Amino acid sequence: MDLHLDPQQRAFRAEVRQFFKDNLPDRVRQKVIKGGYPEYQDMVDWTRVMHAKGWATPQWPKAHGGTGWSPVELAIFDDESQAAGAPQMLPFGVNMLGPVLYTFGSPEQQQKFLPRIARLDDWWCQGFSEPGAGSDLASLKTTARREGDEFIVNGQKTWTTMAQYANWIFCLVRTDPDSLKPGGKRQEGISFILIDMKTKGITVRPIQTIDGGVEVNEVFFDDVHVPAENLVGQLNKGWDYAKFLLGNERNGIARVGATKEKLRRIRALAQTSQIGAAPMSENHRFMERLTEAEIDLKALEITQWRVLARSAARHGKPDPASSILKIKGSQLQQTATDLAVALAGPYAAVGKSDQSGDNLGPIGPEWAATSAPVYFNYRKVSIYGGSNEIQRNIIAKAILGF
Amino acid sequence: MDFDLNEDQRLLKDTLVRFFKDHYSFEQRKQAMAMSGGWSADIWRQLAELGFTGLLAPEAAGGFNGGHVEAMVAMEAVGEALLVEPLFASALMCGFLLRQCPASAKISDLESAMVSGTARLALAHMEGEAPLNGAHVTTSARHEGGRVLLNGDKTLVLHGDSATHIIVSARHAGTPGAHHGIGLYLVEGDAAGLRRRGFATQDGQRAAELNFNQTPAHVLDAEGYATLAKTIDFGIACICVEAVGAMSALHAMTVDYLKIRKQFGLPIGAFQVLQHRAVDMLVALEQARSLALVAMFAMDDKDAARRHRTVAAAKVQIARSGKFVGEEAIQLHGGIGMTMEYAAGHYFKRLKMIDVQWGDGDHHLVALAEGPSLLEDEAMG
Repeated sequence: MDLHLDPQQRAFRAEVRQFFKDNLPDRVRQKVIKGGYPEYQDMVDWTRVMHAKGWATPQWPKAHGGTGWSPVELAIFDDESQAAGAPQMLPFGVNMLGPVLYTFGSPEQQQKFLPRIARLDDWWCQGFSEPGAGSDLASLKTTARREGDEFIVNGQKTWTTMAQYANWIFCLVRTDPDSLKPGGKRQEGISFILIDMKTKGITVRPIQTIDGGVEVNEVFFDDVHVPAENLVGQLNKGWDYAKFLLGNERNGIARVGATKEKLRRIRALAQTSQIGAAPMSENHRFMERLTEAEIDLKALEITQWRVLARSAARHGKPDPASSILKIKGSQLQQTATDLAVALAGPYAAVGKSDQSGDNLGPIGPEWAATSAPVYFNYRKVSIYGGSNEIQRNIIAKAILGF
Repeated sequence: MDFDLNEDQRLLKDTLVRFFKDHYSFEQRKQAMAMSGGWSADIWRQLAELGFTGLLAPEAAGGFNGGHVEAMVAMEAVGEALLVEPLFASALMCGFLLRQCPASAKISDLESAMVSGTARLALAHMEGEAPLNGAHVTTSARHEGGRVLLNGDKTLVLHGDSATHIIVSARHAGTPGAHHGIGLYLVEGDAAGLRRRGFATQDGQRAAELNFNQTPAHVLDAEGYATLAKTIDFGIACICVEAVGAMSALHAMTVDYLKIRKQFGLPIGAFQVLQHRAVDMLVALEQARSLALVAMFAMDDKDAARRHRTVAAAKVQIARSGKFVGEEAIQLHGGIGMTMEYAAGHYFKRLKMIDVQWGDGDHHLVALAEGPSLLEDEAMG
């Protein structure tokens, strides 16, 4: 038993850390650390930098442009990337669709799409959730009807993150309408299909979330013609591919590095930030809450390593213990954003100025203005990626045997 | 990085777990507690025969020469078994302390006797006025006519009622609160002027109040504060691991109970609300396990302040997790969890008493909040 990284892993961590230090533009770093989404062009530029280094799709197999890193190295890379404030590679292409394509896609699909995912030539979004199909995803109703060498798609997807930038969407669609009838097997009538967002009949409507931002959308499909060759794998097997995809989605789900950076920043700001008679670092209640979060995060970091250490023995099969990481990791991300609001105090209230030509500078500390929006925004993390209640169902069934 | 035990450590674990399984059922433990003195001499003898009384002692004394991984393996099993015999107080706490003291013939003899099980040691350190202040030592050690004589009172001495030897912290110089001037002394159990008042603790362990009146003692270490501080950190790490063992057993029996207890025609574990509570208990347990592990490995840390922060962080986590797992386990069991006849309540009691031992969660949290960030201490550096 040994809790230390070996010299090779330490050298790897140092190399990764140095690379981010040397190559990540400070402007982008600041934006990510404050909890904002990087702009479209920032994402493309950063992906190209990572791609040139060979790190844009680290978890893919070497044959498809991956790095061949071990699970431990991948986790070190994720943590360092998050702690550095680097934008995450767009997960919809890199983490979700990529593995589905190199595992189940045709050689043509692999050649056509994988290199473009790695360079962010294509911006993919995910068409899974529907207004009536959230946690109960298998009840989805968007249909794809085969006509000649095309599918005709009708229906609606929702919570489609960054669809406003996307030129492609991968969707779960119902290809066997009988599967929804009483007695039918809902999971067995679903297919996985790739759709060009420029196709006629697609409408994207933005959804403003409670933080005031727009990162999710509704996507409507009205008689959209999709070439049959865009079907991934076999007809009506899409549910299997979706389960595979959601298993992969749990990579890096604990977000230890990102939360660590948030807490570090809060601790540093607490030394100087004063909303009462003394700096917040002298507010015992606040410092105790911060310390409790740090303790929990330290524990989560080890829990993450313990789960990872088992993963080699599982040969890449999703580990239900990663649901523990999702639950605790999301709670801690939310705690960190709440502490930032407490730190900002009354200045958390400041919204966007609506006076045109107002260039008098920020109201209150500059960092305070994003604290409330990020807090509001981060309520999402215990809802997306399989809500924490779904994660509890997974643990109850797969670990506790209920 | 490697979370697996080596072959010797696995064997050690299997041996102890099997021994407890065969000889330390809930009923057998109850019988042990009913014996005079509150524990079973027979169990103690068997633990000695298996070598556990010499877990940390050097090979020269016939010991196992174990380190923190061996201590961890033993304490987890102790937690699962709810052991009341003085293995932790003697073999682990005092065994650890003796190895930090400067070598002497006295210590070698003591270690040999400890290994054989004939000597049972207790550490008498805390004093009534400020039990959690490790430097608040007023018990005095004076040289008189070629002898060292101790005078003063010690409180809450674990297994101090039956120990054959007592290691006592006492002041030969400086004022209460000062780190220097605190020595470590050995007092024989039958020494003149030693009075003991033994009592059972809430969780079925034993402890004693000790009074020293011109009691002759032998010097183990003239300046022992650093050793004491490290030993207490080790003790905290040990009971954190013990708590993990207790939580783990308690969680498992709660999940089993949810599967067999039927109401409304269903096992109550069929209700999602109860499943999710059992899941949250597991999350709390795994978080506690992670930091208990780190606390044990902190015993390697040469930086005493950082070592203590790591141990304190684990104690906070154990407090939070232990309270949650313990209280939820009683609630999910319902009435049966309230009875002395059922093990769940005993695990719960032990977890609560571990919380208050050497500073509860809030005590350590308050201290940590005044120090540097824990995140700067690389967990896995």
